Amino acid sequence: MSLARSGDAWKVGGLIAVLAIALLLPAIAPDPATTNVAVFTVMYVGLATAWNIMGGYGFGSYTLGLLLARIGMAGGYAPFLIVPAAGLATAALALGIGWFALRTRAATFVIVTIAFMFMLQLLAENLVGLTGGGGGLSYPVPPWGGDYFNTPFYYAMLALALLSLAISWRIRRSKFGLGLLAIRDDEDKALAVGVPTRAFKLTAFVISAALVGMIGGVYGYYVTYIYPQFVIDPLIGISMVLMVFLGGLGTLTGPVLGAVILEPAQLYLAYNYGASRLYLVFYAAVFLIVILVLPRGIVPSVGRLISDRRARAGPSAPAAAKAVAP
Amino acid sequence: MSLLKIESLTKRFGGVGAVDDCSPEVASGSITGLIGPNGSGKTTVFNLVTGFIPKDSGSVSFKARTIDGLGPDRIYALGIGRTFQLARIFPRLTALENMLVPVRRKGLRALFSGAAWSHEKERAMEMLEFLDLSLVAKTLGGELSYGQRKLLELGAVMMAEPELVLLDEPAGGVNPALLERIGDRIRRLNARGITFLLVEHNMSFVMNLCSEVVVLHRGRPIASGRPAHVRSDPAVLDAYLGA
Repeated sequence: MSLARSGDAWKVGGLIAVLAIALLLPAIAPDPATTNVAVFTVMYVGLATAWNIMGGYGFGSYTLGLLLARIGMAGGYAPFLIVPAAGLATAALALGIGWFALRTRAATFVIVTIAFMFMLQLLAENLVGLTGGGGGLSYPVPPWGGDYFNTPFYYAMLALALLSLAISWRIRRSKFGLGLLAIRDDEDKALAVGVPTRAFKLTAFVISAALVGMIGGVYGYYVTYIYPQFVIDPLIGISMVLMVFLGGLGTLTGPVLGAVILEPAQLYLAYNYGASRLYLVFYAAVFLIVILVLPRGIVPSVGRLISDRRARAGPSAPAAAKAVAP
Repeated sequence: MSLLKIESLTKRFGGVGAVDDCSPEVASGSITGLIGPNGSGKTTVFNLVTGFIPKDSGSVSFKARTIDGLGPDRIYALGIGRTFQLARIFPRLTALENMLVPVRRKGLRALFSGAAWSHEKERAMEMLEFLDLSLVAKTLGGELSYGQRKLLELGAVMMAEPELVLLDEPAGGVNPALLERIGDRIRRLNARGITFLLVEHNMSFVMNLCSEVVVLHRGRPIASGRPAHVRSDPAVLDAYLGA
């Protein structure tokens, strides 16, 4: 028991330390090269936690950009206040797409959502009057500059990442979350014991889309110019999935860890070896390593290692109790 | 009085008639056995009654109310629980969590509050105790023995307080000691007022446990009544022993 308690103390302490570093980062390392990496890293922490729906991110970017253009809002802090509207619009889109797509399962579902993503990309490219087509859509330019430029975006992304984590944490501990875990394990069985699987999946899909849409909106404002092929890009979804698998699927800290490792590495490659897609080779290597060596991801594997150690250290440790015979 | 009334139930898979004009009834408070040779349509009847597959024709009513066209989750909510042939539990949830998934709550807010309210947990632990599973409450479903999974599945179905429970081969693949325990628990749950309809191949288990037996052959009931009566029915002997 005391082991578990001290473990909890470590967890809480670690959480506070990480949060403090995250909050103070722009003060500790104010140079734009670092804060730029930090903005994208925290963005992926949010995306990986919310589990991006394919294309939801780009839809959020376009929604915010178009909304800002429509109201004629100038650059400044005010556009951040419109970000929730991008989330709402993306959630509404997810409700519509999910209504159809969630009739399918597993691999088919993934293919259907990818198809929807390409439809969105085509629409963004071809509705030139609305989106500017391949010429891109411009956002208002923020009036601040210099070393401070990245800081507001960093905090906006951090706020959304923390919101995603808080929602994910809350859901995991709720009756709704238990239903989702049951669906993950055996969807038909869940249905047989009264879990309204379709409504649950749709709700999860919509919540995830709202978060991703907001993150996409902040991204658009940050880069001030968005193009269909970059914001509605399957690679965004692939990066996110890889981060989750590397860190550990079904854990709260796994996606965070995966994003913190992979996104800086990807940016390092991009900034040092030009805008080539060399990082894709790197991603492929990581994918292979994860699948072959760490199929459960870092967090669950390390957790297992620690509990095995404890079990070996003392027979009274909690893990030993599991060995009770039928 | 019949709790579950099935009328002219029919289901064809391609050219094969799995269930054909089948009209068995389940009396309230009974333990009814649905028996028959392999492929006689027993599990299909279960899947049709619980809404897992759509029927071609016929109707099913529960407590004199039709349940046609309802999905499995709605049918469960009305009070018909079921288990599966090979003991399906949630392998990555603990035994206790497996018990908590079926617990029903009303309202959206309740859905987003804690996964286990203390009275729900208490009830789940009581049920685990009743099935001699309290020692493995925190063990993952996937790490349980086959027999423990069978008991866990039965217990979990009971958590939403169904009035009728459909058991698909409760004795299948279970050792004799555990078989006795499963039979005993079914009998005790029945004494608390729960009606059972079970599909089973183990004849002595059925004859000992059931108050009523319905025999299916090629998707049609060919006999029904008390176990002793059905056992000596020539049509039944013919179906089992004949071609």
